[in-house]
Amino acid sequence: MSDKPASVLIIGSGPVVIGQAAEFDYAGTQACRALRAEGIRTILVNSNPATIMTDPSVADVVYLEPLTVEVIERIIAHEKPEGLLAGLGGQTALNMAVALEAAGVFERYPIRLLGTPLAAIKMAEDRELFRAMCDRIGQPTAPSAMVQGESDAEREGAAAIALQQIGLPAIIRPAFTLGGTGGGIVATEGEYWERVRSGLRASPIRQVMIERCLVGWQEIEYEVMRDAEDTCIAVCSMENVDPLGVHTGDSIVVAPVQTLPDPVHQRLRTASLDIIRALGVEGGCNVQLALSPDYSEYVVIEVNPRVSRSSALASKATGYPIARVAAQIAIGRRLREIPNAVTRTTVAAFEPALDYIVVKLPRFPFDKFPGADRLLGSQMKATGEVMAIDRTFGAALNKALRSMEQSGSGPTAEEAGWDSELATIAANGDAASLRHFLRPSDSRLWRLFAAMRRGVTADQIHQATGITRWFLAEFAHLIAIELRVREAGQTLIGPDPASVSLLATAKRSAIGDRDLSLMSGVPEMRIAQRRSQLGLTPGYAMVDTCAAEFAAATPYFYSTYAAAGSPPEAPSVPRQAAMVIGSGPVRIGQGIEFDYCAVRAAERLTERGWSAVMVNSNPETVSTDFDASTRLYFEPLDAESIMEIVRAESPEGETTLPAFVQFGGQTPLNLAAPLAAAGVPLLGASLEAIDETEDRVRFAALLDRLGILQPEGGLARSGEEAIDLVERIGYPVIVRPSYVIGGLAIDFAYSRPDLERQLDRIGEIGDRRPLRIDRFLEGIEIDIDAITDGETVVIPGLLEHVELAGVHSGDSIAVYPPQRLSREKQGELAAIFMRLVREIGVRGLVNAQFIVREEGTYLIEVNPRASRTVPFMSKVTGIPMVPLAVDVALGDTLAAHGYVSGIATEPSGVAVKAPAFSTAKLRGVDPTLGPFMQSTGEVIGLGASAAEALGKALIAANLLPPPPRDPQRVALLSVADRDKHLLERLARPLLDAGYALVATPGTRAALAAIGVPAEMTQPLGDPRAATGAGIVDLIRSGAVALVVNTPSMATGALRDALEIRLAAVEYGVLCLTAMETAVAAAEALSVRAAASMMSLHPISPRGLR
Amino acid sequence: MNTSQSGYQEICTDPSYAGQVVLMTYPLIGNYGRLVADDQSTRPWLRGLVVAHATAAISEDAAQLAALLRSHSVPAIAGVETRSLARRLRETGAQRARISAPWESDPEAAIAATRLITPWEHQDFVAQVSPTRVQTFGDESQPLVVVVDFGLKSNIVRALRARGLRVRVHPHNTALSDLLHGEPVGVVLSPGPGDPARLTAPVALARDIITSGIPLLGICLGHQIVARAAGADTRRLAFGHHGANHPVRDLPTGRVYVTAQNHEVEVIGGTLPESSGFEVSQVNLNDGSVEGLRHRELPIETVQYHPEGSPGPLDATPVFDRFLRAIDERSR
Repeated sequence: MSDKPASVLIIGSGPVVIGQAAEFDYAGTQACRALRAEGIRTILVNSNPATIMTDPSVADVVYLEPLTVEVIERIIAHEKPEGLLAGLGGQTALNMAVALEAAGVFERYPIRLLGTPLAAIKMAEDRELFRAMCDRIGQPTAPSAMVQGESDAEREGAAAIALQQIGLPAIIRPAFTLGGTGGGIVATEGEYWERVRSGLRASPIRQVMIERCLVGWQEIEYEVMRDAEDTCIAVCSMENVDPLGVHTGDSIVVAPVQTLPDPVHQRLRTASLDIIRALGVEGGCNVQLALSPDYSEYVVIEVNPRVSRSSALASKATGYPIARVAAQIAIGRRLREIPNAVTRTTVAAFEPALDYIVVKLPRFPFDKFPGADRLLGSQMKATGEVMAIDRTFGAALNKALRSMEQSGSGPTAEEAGWDSELATIAANGDAASLRHFLRPSDSRLWRLFAAMRRGVTADQIHQATGITRWFLAEFAHLIAIELRVREAGQTLIGPDPASVSLLATAKRSAIGDRDLSLMSGVPEMRIAQRRSQLGLTPGYAMVDTCAAEFAAATPYFYSTYAAAGSPPEAPSVPRQAAMVIGSGPVRIGQGIEFDYCAVRAAERLTERGWSAVMVNSNPETVSTDFDASTRLYFEPLDAESIMEIVRAESPEGETTLPAFVQFGGQTPLNLAAPLAAAGVPLLGASLEAIDETEDRVRFAALLDRLGILQPEGGLARSGEEAIDLVERIGYPVIVRPSYVIGGLAIDFAYSRPDLERQLDRIGEIGDRRPLRIDRFLEGIEIDIDAITDGETVVIPGLLEHVELAGVHSGDSIAVYPPQRLSREKQGELAAIFMRLVREIGVRGLVNAQFIVREEGTYLIEVNPRASRTVPFMSKVTGIPMVPLAVDVALGDTLAAHGYVSGIATEPSGVAVKAPAFSTAKLRGVDPTLGPFMQSTGEVIGLGASAAEALGKALIAANLLPPPPRDPQRVALLSVADRDKHLLERLARPLLDAGYALVATPGTRAALAAIGVPAEMTQPLGDPRAATGAGIVDLIRSGAVALVVNTPSMATGALRDALEIRLAAVEYGVLCLTAMETAVAAAEALSVRAAASMMSLHPISPRGLR
Repeated sequence: MNTSQSGYQEICTDPSYAGQVVLMTYPLIGNYGRLVADDQSTRPWLRGLVVAHATAAISEDAAQLAALLRSHSVPAIAGVETRSLARRLRETGAQRARISAPWESDPEAAIAATRLITPWEHQDFVAQVSPTRVQTFGDESQPLVVVVDFGLKSNIVRALRARGLRVRVHPHNTALSDLLHGEPVGVVLSPGPGDPARLTAPVALARDIITSGIPLLGICLGHQIVARAAGADTRRLAFGHHGANHPVRDLPTGRVYVTAQNHEVEVIGGTLPESSGFEVSQVNLNDGSVEGLRHRELPIETVQYHPEGSPGPLDATPVFDRFLRAIDERSR
């Protein structure tokens, strides 16, 4: 340990996007804590303000800055860190390390890369180098070959050699075709030649990749670690339930491996260790292998020489803190010296032994993107994941299903149409249609259940999917229980021993009371009562890394009915105590910002000497680190699970454990009513206040009483009523079906035909399913957050949206402090808000959105809970919003903490929040911004001026076009009439930055009128537009750097405009659909040009100063 | 109790488990059926198996773990809350156990019957599991190593043969002259069940082998026998080391190996006489117990763990390579 650095710069992973979510916040936070514990000065840089790692309490110095070479070099020049840690910030940080080296930063400054050396990173990332390394150490890789050449003859020759090398079956992948058009699996020589030739024709660069076909092979992963002394361990093995072909992030995964005989498992484990030795990894590493169904062969698929989503999963699955240990290895410690944080008596050089099974399920965003392609393949599509622990696969799977928090995610959920499809399949005994029905998609698990329910056998499903028989046998076991429960019906809660035994069997498989209710028809409440009567409640077991071999002190628990009636492993937590309910899987609209709130709340409780009981189901998060609370329950966030934990933690003679429901986003808020009904005290929130804000009728009455304006609107119980209502209030309107949560299926209507189309789409409207219709008002949209004790209302600040109202607040760019809203207007708005907050009677955090117009200020919505912007506002203003909310809930007044009502004093700089999108990863998704939230993450830009802050935010969010290089790249403009008055502000900076302009005829005419030159494309609606030589072709050629297409309701243009946007997404071209965003981006180009002049603004506990 | 997550079949057929009722802490047992080639001996030796869930996904009965146990009348029980039992055993240490039949309903009688079981320490298991005849594997041209079988696992033979050696396996009560017949180049003392303190004849045999100067490898029970021959004492651990995840540190190199372990007894390092020429070469990182001995002059190494895995990691296979090197150096 002689070479321990005195200071270390840690690079974070930037905004949450598909493939890089909360797991790197967890990794970075663990790393910071580990290094600080060693007395090392930690300097952190990340552009993501929602993270816990960027809280000033986590690192010594925090930079919320874009992750670019220039910015990081400036930080290095200023802070002079001795070490750089890049292995904990995902691919983003690893790529940054490579870029810093290429830019010569390691030569210019006395800083060294810690942990896995660059050579190892490059060897793992470069396919050819990696293959050569594997060949050298005798590890098999999947053979592949590129078929290309100058002439047809040359290409045919290459294809013949490839066939010889690779054999059949093979996968043909033509390069650069839309969605891999022309590719596929071939099994015979005839098919091979036919497909290779058509693939070459389809590929614009006449190139085809031939790969060994491993479809149907099992995918196995190992999380391995190595220290500089060459000690290697395999922390965790994982087995994908989905055979090879589905991205592991989208697969159902279990840990440890279940279906491999020991010699096979050991062979793969040894291969993984041999690989990290050959690479020279120092830290954590993920190795993915494919195994043939008869175990005779395996190949190494991929190696990630860093912590990853899988390592976060492995950490939570085993209790072994991989990221923390990786950070310790990076500063020169040895595995044999690092204490085991769980047992505290043994060391980190060991392999955890599990005495349970872990199931991970991916959480997909298709509820927000109904049009997206839901088939799964090599491109990851999930935004988040859930994990569950139990003693059997079925039980862990059921708990994972209950953790999904998605309507229709229970085991019995089926989609319309499956029934008839399966009836046809059954009638024809048609293997091909069954295979089609069970293609890899987000719904395959439920399809599989549906098929089994109708008697399709495990064997048939094995033939159709390649899923290992053991998993199918376990699925069949679950279906068998379900059928017995269905048959039992009302007798499920009957007194006879057979019923009691069936109920116990069902609970041992962790089937939720709600699902049992769906199966049997017995109301959920009665099932819970019956269980209570029978004393049928779960036990809680410890995740101890050693299968009970050693006494462990870890406060990490999971429920299992297997331990029902066993003596508890630990006494209930010491009082005073409270439960913090987390936010579940990362999804669009509910991301790591709520994990930040939950973690800070638990921290505050423990600071005050309280015990904090954390409950969450998301393995990526900081909140599910067993260090983040007094006690962690890794459990589904449904009312049943929470109630059982409260029961277990509130034994006789002890007070009932109270719960916080305001820190985990909408998830815990939805549990407020059932928890309160069951007698669980809610801290810092009253059910009354929640009801008041969520019940639209009561809420409207309240606003009337207070004289607060709200956009005109009403409820419609039929199509006719809807049309009448809209004719009265006028277009445009926002249409919201009442039974849908989270903005889904909300849409605008600009005209009568538009409204009629939407009514058709929504379908059933009636007394029980009314429509909410509100006037859609354009104006300045303001987000406002506050903490209140009922008297004092502290407003850290107002956030002003760049886009006019209509873009979901999570997708809009927002500026703090407001730039367009005058001080007086801000004061007026704050006064309205404070009146409202006091009237509702909320205590703690509260958030609202307003639209400010000439004629007045309208309230859009108010939420009595932590909002998405809490971490952003906390960091920028230095007001510890979450700790204050906890203090208030525990009875403090804000006045006692020195706060007064009103907007807090503004800092000297400007902060901008910008959204980050993952749209490019989801085929078929229209990137048009609207009332549906689409962004998966957010970034921050801090600057001395608004322009600088905005520029930095757009750079960090990847919302600026690539530089106009030689040959000159163009910006393609096609804007709606209502946006044409902003054309000059869009076009001039683009021209100044060196882009040529291409525009559709109407836009070009408008440009010509202001004297801006632009090439003309054919008009939208022209049949050539979406075909051959049209706009799509221009995009496909790579000449377009930016597409600006603002939606127009002129009906003819719709489809073509959509084609253009989809093509832009497909080819990775930045596509902006809100005029204000596009103008902001164009104006920010000059900021980018002056990037080296940008100022740095470290965040202090007092905020931006 | 065994904490391995896979390898139930190897555990069941490992002779070292003779006389023991084994509790598997991993809750799902039977998942991949049984592959005959992975058996470590000719039959299951354990006295009973306790699991949480017996799972099966393979339709042929013959390929099931249950079929193997049934065919040798080894009782097994599923549906047990194994974690609670494991936690209890952690407190009490290994205990005598009995799996009662479904029709036995009197707990008092079952406890009384369990009390009648002869304690483990007082039983001689080696004689039960060791073969009665000599058996040879490999062809004449290869150098010969001899193995004394106190409860040998087939993967040890496999590991030796993979290194180009002919292997001759002797019964536990073999005479030195029989053992060294045909000029073997090395001797292996195998693992096996029971308490080495009872094994006076094998300890005497080991003493003679040490004196002969022939390269010697002792594994598990073989390690304990060599230690006793060198004058060290052994004692029973509270509940033994049984799992696939035990970190062992090699003292000369500092390197850590993850090893498979299965032993009830440890060698007491402090009792190893200085004059014996042996020294402790490897230790367990969890509890500091002795994991290996080396002789300062003679080509002798012993290890407490199982370098052959089966089940368990294969990190420690260099033990066999060192043995081979010792043989090569001596015959050169």
